[in-house]
Amino acid sequence: MKKIIHISLAALGLLLIAGNTVTAKEDIASLRGTEDLSGASLKPIKQKVVSQEGGFERSYKQQPPMVPHKVDKYKITLKNNGCMKCHSKKNHKKEKSPMVGESHFLSRDGKKLQKVSSRRYFCNQCHAVQVDANPLVKNDFDGLK
Amino acid sequence: MTSGQKKGTFSVLVIGIILGIILWGSFNWALAITNTEEFCISCHEMRDSPYEDLQETIHFTNRTGIRATCPDCHVPKEWIHKIVRKIKASKELYHHFIVKDLDTVEKFEAKKLQLAQNVWKTMKETDSRECRNCHHFDSMDFERQESRSADRHEEAIEKGYTCIDCHKGIAHSLPEGYDPGDDAPGGEDEG
Repeated sequence: MKKIIHISLAALGLLLIAGNTVTAKEDIASLRGTEDLSGASLKPIKQKVVSQEGGFERSYKQQPPMVPHKVDKYKITLKNNGCMKCHSKKNHKKEKSPMVGESHFLSRDGKKLQKVSSRRYFCNQCHAVQVDANPLVKNDFDGLK
Repeated sequence: MTSGQKKGTFSVLVIGIILGIILWGSFNWALAITNTEEFCISCHEMRDSPYEDLQETIHFTNRTGIRATCPDCHVPKEWIHKIVRKIKASKELYHHFIVKDLDTVEKFEAKKLQLAQNVWKTMKETDSRECRNCHHFDSMDFERQESRSADRHEEAIEKGYTCIDCHKGIAHSLPEGYDPGDDAPGGEDEG
């Protein structure tokens, strides 16, 4: 008898969980909208890259600065790095652009290098262009002032 | 002058004119044919490397749907310069048919720096003549350019820089061995 009660309690519990999941599923607002899971996701809206003179303010001290201009004409390949056209040690003054950070000239053992370290070579791994997009979810993050 | 002589002179003249039209016509026709992108990429050297490169740049596809083809940048528009370039092109034929030192993409890549430097040197010497077939400082509205572009263009006018001084690798990818970070704009070692 005890066993039967246990089993039916377990079954009831399972039912409840299952029922809850069903209701919960209906409550969740997905970023996919009403698009079916098996369908293709919505095409993102095309946005223009924002150009801002003087650059964007950082949200926290160690943040890699965001790119305040278009970059489509500058290519980073294994052979050469188009960003260096303006941001290299030699050219940045003339181009009135910020120089690659000093930290980028250190090898991983902390040795100073003449050229940008290969681990910092691919600028767009950390530095991204910005578009004037609305955040997908509400975000209360307040930058360090 | 007898009537026979008259007839002779007349027929020589007519034949001359007809021959002239045919010869001059076919000469110009040949010039026009060899001045098409289709002709350029009929050789695999051009098709497999520089043309592939071009397709990723703004001179191939862009907002306004204008395309610059090979001859637009590499063959002068003025007649005399065009003929000089056409004669120089015999060197390209020599390398294609006899030397064959660019017949694979790898060989092309290995020589790309030297080839690029040749073109850059020519463009510098001609004050970027082929660029200026389409792009003129007079037609630039600095108000509509990004501020950094406008500033640099004004400086270029003032100091007499030429397009290729700054705009290298805009229609093809930059060659290995060229470091944009070492090439001071304006072609001089300033800054």
